[in-house]
Amino acid sequence: MNRFAALILCAVAALVAGAGIAPAMTIEKIVSPAGIEAWLVREKAIPLVTLNYAFHGGATQDETDKAGTAHLAADLLDEGAGDLDSKAFHERLENHAIELGFQVGRDYFHGSLRSLNEHRDEAFELLRLALTNPRFDADTVERVRGQELASLQRDVTNPNDLASRRWWQTAFPDHPYGRESKGTLETMPRITTDDLRDYVRRVFARNELKISIVGDVDAKTAGALIDRAFAGLPAKNNLKPVADATPTGLGRRIVINVDVPQAVVNFGGQGIARHDPEFMAAYIVNHILGGGSFSSRLYREVREKRGLAYGVSDSLVWFRRAAVVIGGTATRADRTADALAVIEHEVKRMADAGPTPDELAAAKSFLKGSYALTLDTSSKIAAQLTQIQIDNLGIDYIQRRGALIDAVTIEDAKRVARRLYGGGMLVTVAGRPKGLTSSATTE
Amino acid sequence: MLAKTNLTLIALVGALTSSSLAAEQAGPEVADFTLANGLELVVIPDHRAPVITHMIWYKVGAADETPGKSGLAHFLEHLMFKGTAKNPAGKFSQVVARIGGQENAFTSQDYTGYFQRVPSEQLKTVMEFEADRMTGLQLTDEVVLPERNVILEEQNQRVGNNPGARLTEQVDAALYLNHPYGKPVIGWRHEMEQLSRDDAIGFYRRFYAPNNAVVVIAGDIDPAQARALAEGTYGKIARHGSMAPRLRAQEPPPVAVRSLTLADPRVEMPTLQRAYLVPSFSAAKRGESEALEVLAHILGNGSNSRLYRALVIDQQLAVVANAWYDASELDMSKFGVHGSPRPGVTLPQLETEMDAVIAQVIDKGVTEEELERAKTRLIADAVYTQDNQASMARWYGTALTTGASVNDVRRWPDRIRAVTADQVRDAAREWLDKRRSVTGYLIKDVSPQAEKRS
Repeated sequence: MNRFAALILCAVAALVAGAGIAPAMTIEKIVSPAGIEAWLVREKAIPLVTLNYAFHGGATQDETDKAGTAHLAADLLDEGAGDLDSKAFHERLENHAIELGFQVGRDYFHGSLRSLNEHRDEAFELLRLALTNPRFDADTVERVRGQELASLQRDVTNPNDLASRRWWQTAFPDHPYGRESKGTLETMPRITTDDLRDYVRRVFARNELKISIVGDVDAKTAGALIDRAFAGLPAKNNLKPVADATPTGLGRRIVINVDVPQAVVNFGGQGIARHDPEFMAAYIVNHILGGGSFSSRLYREVREKRGLAYGVSDSLVWFRRAAVVIGGTATRADRTADALAVIEHEVKRMADAGPTPDELAAAKSFLKGSYALTLDTSSKIAAQLTQIQIDNLGIDYIQRRGALIDAVTIEDAKRVARRLYGGGMLVTVAGRPKGLTSSATTE
Repeated sequence: MLAKTNLTLIALVGALTSSSLAAEQAGPEVADFTLANGLELVVIPDHRAPVITHMIWYKVGAADETPGKSGLAHFLEHLMFKGTAKNPAGKFSQVVARIGGQENAFTSQDYTGYFQRVPSEQLKTVMEFEADRMTGLQLTDEVVLPERNVILEEQNQRVGNNPGARLTEQVDAALYLNHPYGKPVIGWRHEMEQLSRDDAIGFYRRFYAPNNAVVVIAGDIDPAQARALAEGTYGKIARHGSMAPRLRAQEPPPVAVRSLTLADPRVEMPTLQRAYLVPSFSAAKRGESEALEVLAHILGNGSNSRLYRALVIDQQLAVVANAWYDASELDMSKFGVHGSPRPGVTLPQLETEMDAVIAQVIDKGVTEEELERAKTRLIADAVYTQDNQASMARWYGTALTTGASVNDVRRWPDRIRAVTADQVRDAAREWLDKRRSVTGYLIKDVSPQAEKRS
């Protein structure tokens, strides 16, 4: 927190979620004695082990009036399990510097573990307890709920949260994707211990479980560790179905009044499914428009040329049942309209004409070359392998990715640009933007 | 699924400040050279992936600005991307992008850093560009003026829109009576608005030189090769003839308990921030900084820490309570405590109980069990950091620009291991004296003007 205040980062470094030169690593598919599959990368240079895993069933599994259930459950998994109360559980973790992480997305529950090699048995034992036998003691639940409520209360005047919540609510009304995983001030108090137990029982199961391990560990040991943590889970999950959805409200602009010096803007529209044949073309085109490097069109036009904002970018976001492209910026009140006009102009220009061949070549080169940078730590490799499994891309995806990028032609790029950016955008603005008001009609 | 990238960077910084480096027995063999022109080169081999993190750290930060020019070090950091005679604006970034690299820069009170992460075989390319902009920067008002608006927007984003960050600025300003650390790195807006091209160029000429820089290279390279590349690029730049030593106005002994209150209409959760003036690693006597690291961990890191257990779990007065210490400053640094009361609990109530927890550590010290747990965690962090070459590079870069040496970093785990319970108690006694501190309250502004505005 405050310790970071003194350090100022210039801008957003390039974030890459995909591509390129194949790093020198071997991914091994292993099956544990109990029959659980996992991907393993052996890395002997550093004496640690990193685990990353995902269960199908995230915040979509919450009841609408109890949004935040999965999120609260994740918060509580390391707050007591089996015979260990919260204090004892944390002491066991801390005695060996073991890290367990739990996080809820819309579709998936994500977990991670990191341990020094010498303490890995203890680490996987604590993970087993957390997943199979969480306590949810009443006093602990109330303490953690209190923290969640305090955080939600703080969000009430936070322009980033206001703009983002409204964007998702408007894009996906009456659908779980429209809700924030962390719930609301109204729903958080309604969640009972039974709800938490019900979530864990329905979601933590061996089918649809994706596991990745990176570290100084062989296949046999990895199999034993996996069984230790996961073999005791039910064979099958029991999920509520989630309906397909497409974002609505495209063409609308919504202004949320909050007294801040800088207005926060979210913009976006229909995205593209991960398994869509045009996904890679879309990924490249989006990188060119606003994919977070210092060379994107939005960065150049909004920041470099006009000084309207510190940051501006957009991303493809894909779920199991929907996909969007969503971006954001933050800009002073008297220039918000200008910044938005520039963004809308650039989006339209990309939809109408697509990228240039030079831009396409540069983006391909970047996306291929930078992939290795996304795979340079054990934690990053493990998380990426889990995502590849979730997206069902195949164990050879890292090798194939470069060719998939190369195969995208300028015609593909132009076609997908029209498809991606030609459908209109939903815009939310939180702040006091001069001359901008909410509109229910297409611009 | 798509994380905001600046979080990645902040997390990375966290790994550095909270912990530190490689366990000596397991860490990589770090090489350290100084070129004839005074540039220091540190090479941290990591051959797991064919990538390199290349960083240049200048020993200049916000604390080196002339009074009245706050924000200038950071403004120059932005302007360093605006091109040279040899490489016009945008070319360096385009080349980095084309080779699939990542780049960014950062400014603190004590240092300004620039980095690229690229495939190993591209190291020479980025070194050439970086060496070129060490002395070749060219600026016109055409690029300077829009960029000034960018830093003003950055100030809004980081501080203006964030009541907690506004409080931190006020606490820092009150804590440092004489030292420039009292000014925010981003600057005060009224001064930022006046920064000019000439200010930036003047600052650049004064501080950007090989004998005021450290290059840190972590990744798939061997030290001799890195050294040869450095000689062929940075090695050709002439030494700065009159690099002044880094002597900032120092703090007088603090004598007054200070407190302040910031009211902001957007505050939904009151908070308390306190900072004590304490020695950084460089400013400390032997063993003192390490004891402060351990003390911060025991007092306020995690849910078994003293503050959390007492205030959040046992007495149920707070929703959040923690403590931190920043060893990585050139001059006198800070030890912080922070908390947010539960609804119905006032900030003075919370502060009273917080003081009681601190008083108990001062009075009775810490247990052997607490000590061992804290050390285990801190030393493990050093091993975990080895997994991330960029974090390793940052650790060394931070150390070398804030008065520490390569050996200091290398021996950090041993120094932590050597901390005793008595040292921790003594550190608490000596430094957690309220007269050394400023306590800031952040409350909701409910005045009529505030309501009218909101």
